[in-house]
Amino acid sequence: MSDFTGNFWSVYVAGITLAGIIGCLVLLWLTARKKVASTTDNTTGHVWDEDLTEMNNPMPRWWMWLFVLTVIFSLLYLVAYPGLGTYQGKLDWSSKSEYEKEVKRANEALAPLYAQFTARKAEEVAGDPQAMAIGERLFMNNCAQCHGSDARGSKGFPNLADGDWLHGGSPAKIAESIKAGRVGVMPPMAAAVGGSDDVKNVAHYVLSLSNSPHDSLRAQLGKSKFGACAACHGADGKGNAALGAPNLADDTWLHGWGEQAIVNIVTSGKTNSMPAQEGKLTDAQIHVLASYVWGLSNKPAQAKP
Amino acid sequence: MSQKVIPIQPIPPSGEPPQTQSLYEAQKKIYPRSVSGLFARWRWVFVWLTQLVFYGLPWLPWATEAGARQAVLFDLAARRFYLFGYVLYPQDFIYLTALLVISALSLFLFTAVAGRLWCGFTCPQTVYTEIFLWIERKVEGDRQRRMKLDAGGFSAAKLGKKSLKHFLWIALALWTGFTFVGYFTPVRELGSEMLAGRMGSWEVFWVLFYGFATYGNAGFLREQVCKYMCPYARFQAAMFDKDTLIVSYDAGRGEPRGSRGRQADFAAQGLGSCVDCTLCVQVCPTGIDIRQGLQYECISCAACVDVCDSVMDKMNYPRGLIRFTTQNALNGQGAGRDVLRTILRPRVLVYTTILAALSLGLAIHLATRTPLKVDVIRDRAALSRIVAGGKLENVYRLQLMNATEETQHYRIGAEGLAGLELASDGEVSIGPAEARWVAVRVQIPYGSAAPGSHTIHFTVESRGGDAHVREKSVFLVPR
Ligand code: SF4
Ligand code: SF4
Repeated sequence: MSDFTGNFWSVYVAGITLAGIIGCLVLLWLTARKKVASTTDNTTGHVWDEDLTEMNNPMPRWWMWLFVLTVIFSLLYLVAYPGLGTYQGKLDWSSKSEYEKEVKRANEALAPLYAQFTARKAEEVAGDPQAMAIGERLFMNNCAQCHGSDARGSKGFPNLADGDWLHGGSPAKIAESIKAGRVGVMPPMAAAVGGSDDVKNVAHYVLSLSNSPHDSLRAQLGKSKFGACAACHGADGKGNAALGAPNLADDTWLHGWGEQAIVNIVTSGKTNSMPAQEGKLTDAQIHVLASYVWGLSNKPAQAKP
Repeated sequence: MSQKVIPIQPIPPSGEPPQTQSLYEAQKKIYPRSVSGLFARWRWVFVWLTQLVFYGLPWLPWATEAGARQAVLFDLAARRFYLFGYVLYPQDFIYLTALLVISALSLFLFTAVAGRLWCGFTCPQTVYTEIFLWIERKVEGDRQRRMKLDAGGFSAAKLGKKSLKHFLWIALALWTGFTFVGYFTPVRELGSEMLAGRMGSWEVFWVLFYGFATYGNAGFLREQVCKYMCPYARFQAAMFDKDTLIVSYDAGRGEPRGSRGRQADFAAQGLGSCVDCTLCVQVCPTGIDIRQGLQYECISCAACVDVCDSVMDKMNYPRGLIRFTTQNALNGQGAGRDVLRTILRPRVLVYTTILAALSLGLAIHLATRTPLKVDVIRDRAALSRIVAGGKLENVYRLQLMNATEETQHYRIGAEGLAGLELASDGEVSIGPAEARWVAVRVQIPYGSAAPGSHTIHFTVESRGGDAHVREKSVFLVPR
């Protein structure tokens, strides 16, 4: 709260709270002392609308004591828990620590379940329906936001179900990507390639690598300029998984297909990043998740019963 | 409307009236005397009925293909509610709403016909008070003995009786709490967990909490709940009319009251039928004197009817000095009307009609329920994309909720656009009572639809064909 308001409001709110509680006590005390006159017919003697009389119907005394108890409870509560302005309370309770505790408890409770998966190889885990159901839920909760519910990605977000891998498709490499994240950097290369016409030519050469529709004359001209790109993508344009450099000779176009898309990327470059999941997910969860993702594009080994 | 004023009969002054009074009143303990008779028997019938259901239901097994389960189980953790043959999801909340509306309407109907009948005979508060009173009576004796015991000083016998009573009360209360939790956690497992001493902390809490509530309410609070806490007591007056059956004392016949010999000709003495034995006051669990007329404290338990009837029998007077009757009948206005006609008045007929229609609707709806639920959500990550083969693709997440207890095989289809087809596997198997998100890809040939959003429908059909669901969604075509 104090992030948004000054100390005054904290004191103000705490003051109102305490004044309210004390007010309740005073009211109880006053009403307990008060005596009303009662007549023989058990009415209070209060008559209105000509003939309506008010019956005396006293409240049970134990009920008053319950009220007193609630006041005592509220005071103890305010000492123990945060409730008075910014005062933290003696128990140092917070919803954040509560959440963290709960996550820890859940992880501990699930540890034995995960242990049977971590003991096995990813290729095998991918064949276990129970593990895959868990993997699917993990994926839906943590990965689907970028890669899509079906893991097929979209423009700028890699397709994980097609067998084409920027950083390597072995379960170990996938786990590594999930754990530490990845940063894909394509520097602006227009200057290195030459003028804007050269960039266009390179784009056509790139298109020709995968036999996509292209202008063969421009492609021919672009080939010599491709040297600047070969450092990362290789002389044959087949990419380099160690660098995360995409294969340009296949039919996968992460940032869009066609001359214009390639020209754009060569001119302006692109930084793509996959956030690290370590700390958010446990190692066991990452293992199951990596197995799940691997299984999307590979035929998993038959799980041992 | 000449009968506008309900006469208030003053309480006969007993000794010196207090001149001033506190706003809070010390509790006066009520020692209801035991009764027997027609209505007392009915009350026990309802005690047995309600408690057999309450204590027994969690133990009832239900056979399914996957093995027996508890017939009635509200599995809050898994958010599945098992009701005999039905598996209900939180999405089936509408049934609970209907049930609550039906309950409320039934209460209106009963109140219009017969006042606080529910209170006296089936309300848990009275039913448990009845059971606790029975224990109390078995241990400490009837009214006179109990009053003497409480008034007397400390003795070993008193300690023994009191401890035994509280032990029995607490045992029953804990069993009640245990049974209550058994509706939410499988009761057999709960039992073995309890015996092994490793019940979960929430279960322990609720067993103790519910047990404590039973002990406190039925053992100590009793009529105070009906008088001071129960909201129903407060608004029932709005549902009464002069044709409502209420327990009432026939003042015209009973007054003036007074004691007399059994053979005496009371009419000659100028007396009415009431022998002023005060038994009707002694048996009353809310501690009121019904002879003062209708009071909101009266829970219609008819204990006073039974006891007064027995007095009338002894005196050889006709029964019914206190009886279930209506104000109109008492005032002589309904004398010529038969009971059925007073009961079948418009208000009652309207309540009954609505109630019947609702119940029937609920029954039909439940019986024809499709045991499958489908939620369609468009994928949030990819609006739409172009994939190999020149197709435009949209991704959806379908949540399939299997509301049967067998594994179901569903076939997913999509329709609504030319060339629309499913690109992902259209066959899914969902386990018993399982809900799962399934990612579904739908494609159309590129350029076959105008840019913008198009309505499409998903169809999900079980292999057996007994479940068929159609859900609407949209297909987006980019510009
Ligand atoms: S039980 Fe009947 S006879 Fe006895 S006091 Fe009550 S109304 Fe009169
Ligand atoms: S007045 Fe009679 S019916 Fe009403 S609560 Fe008392 S005993 Fe029961």
